[in-house]
Amino acid sequence: MITVQHVSKHFGRHTALDDVTFHVKQGEILAFLGPNGAGKTTTMRILTCFMSQSEGVAKVAGFDCLEQPIEVKGHIGYLPETPPLYPELTVDEYLTFVGRLKRLPPQRLASRKYHVIDQVGLGSVHRRVIGHLSRGYRQRVGLAQALIHDPPVLVLDEPTVGLDPKQIIEMRGLIKSLAGSHTIILSTHILPEAMATCDRVVIIDQGRIVAEGTPDQLSSRLLQSEKMSLTVKQPRPDWLERLRTLPGVLDVLPAAASNTCTIECQLGQDLRETLAQFVVSQGYGLLELKPLSLSLEEVFLQLTHQDEDAAADEPSHIEQSQRSEQTPR
Amino acid sequence: MTPFGTILAKELRCFCVSPVFYVVGAIFLFISGLIAHLMTVNAGQQAVRFLQIQNTYAQLNLNELVFRSMFYSLDFVLMFLLPILTMRLFAEERKLQTLELLLTSPVGINELISAKYMSVLLIYLGLLSLTSLTPILLSFYSSFHWNPILTGYVALALQGSFFLACGLLASATTENQVVAAFLSFGMILLIWLLGGLGSLLGDTTIGNVFSYLSFSEHYDRLVRGLLEAKDIVYYLSGIVLMLFIAHRVVDSHRWA
Repeated sequence: MITVQHVSKHFGRHTALDDVTFHVKQGEILAFLGPNGAGKTTTMRILTCFMSQSEGVAKVAGFDCLEQPIEVKGHIGYLPETPPLYPELTVDEYLTFVGRLKRLPPQRLASRKYHVIDQVGLGSVHRRVIGHLSRGYRQRVGLAQALIHDPPVLVLDEPTVGLDPKQIIEMRGLIKSLAGSHTIILSTHILPEAMATCDRVVIIDQGRIVAEGTPDQLSSRLLQSEKMSLTVKQPRPDWLERLRTLPGVLDVLPAAASNTCTIECQLGQDLRETLAQFVVSQGYGLLELKPLSLSLEEVFLQLTHQDEDAAADEPSHIEQSQRSEQTPR
Repeated sequence: MTPFGTILAKELRCFCVSPVFYVVGAIFLFISGLIAHLMTVNAGQQAVRFLQIQNTYAQLNLNELVFRSMFYSLDFVLMFLLPILTMRLFAEERKLQTLELLLTSPVGINELISAKYMSVLLIYLGLLSLTSLTPILLSFYSSFHWNPILTGYVALALQGSFFLACGLLASATTENQVVAAFLSFGMILLIWLLGGLGSLLGDTTIGNVFSYLSFSEHYDRLVRGLLEAKDIVYYLSGIVLMLFIAHRVVDSHRWA
């Protein structure tokens, strides 16, 4: 549905996007993850034909963003970072205006308008002037604007920014409910959001894609060893040393609490059963044994840090930072 | 409704709720009324003086005494007021980031610019038509020729349309409304002063080119009742040029 091939964008000497390539399948939700200034908004602006790329090809629904901008624009609903609202119009007037701009026929516009007002929960305020609405409601009006013409592709630039926690959960639910019928790209710098809402994540840093995959794939990709957290009831003074002697165990690290430790095992070996038997036979009293996987946050930090470290050319530093980031939360 | 109609309707709606429009409209109508009043009183005093000297009623030329000076003064007022009317057109869209909505909708930049231009043009022509109260009222009490007044209004309409096009261009270049207003005022002033430069240089090629480029020569002819195609062509080509540059400016940020 969305194809981006070798797209670069330069602003003078500054390179905002550097040879970015990714695809989004029909009905998929893709998260664009990156620190501020990584090039997320630039990518979205290129896809919505608000900007032109310096090199490469971007296609939406089979139409080229440079050659057929009007067709591309007709297939996209776009929520920019700042919702594009006219404070002097009422919500109703505004949605009618946008619907007409998107060339919705009048009969369809009326029904769509009531549908989206209902969908994003604007029922109580749709007669009010936008200038008097709170931040959360404005964000919803922005989303309603993107949905009004029922576009097959939705491009949402930081859709949850500025919302309170309850509104964030509602917004995520809404985005998830749109999946399947819509292809969605959303950008965020909030990691749990990408985890919670998306099928696939593209991590972008300094204009380059540093990783791509499902949240699970990404965390497993960066895992060099498997880790487990073990909590027992009555640890003995030498329990960590004894655990270390078990076959398959690479290292045992003490954790914050004295009765908890992190066990590093060889990749692909499931030592849970062995560990459990050992703990029980020694009479430590097994309380908890769980595998640790990297959270997306850790993957993200690793990927974006690795870059900086590689530039600094300090391999020992990478190991250190990896180690510190892999400790369980 | 076409996107052109949609944007036009929205612009007119925004003008109707904008205090700037009412302030500009009120000032324009007040000043034009005041000028008409002063000119008429002046004409009356001249008639009385004429009566005292000659002891007869003189057929005073109201076209000369009232309307021509009115048209020249109004031209000056427009120079200051119209930039304020046009300053928000694009600057506000940039500031509110609604330009992103317009430019990511299936709407051509042509439609966008023509709709925005049409909206201020309609507003301006509406205001201008209200000043026609002066000749209509005066026609009850005296007689004068209507034709020069009509060409005078054509001149004001064309002059204003040209100023509005300059203002639209200025507004497209910035997101600050005040900057837009000063920029368009500066542009208009510069084009006006070209005429002064032209007459300073006299009947040389460069002098003639400058005089032609300035609107004062063309405005002058129309106000004096000369309706010539070359003057109308001057205004229309000026408007098209300004709107074309504005089109390029709006389009250019895609490539920034």
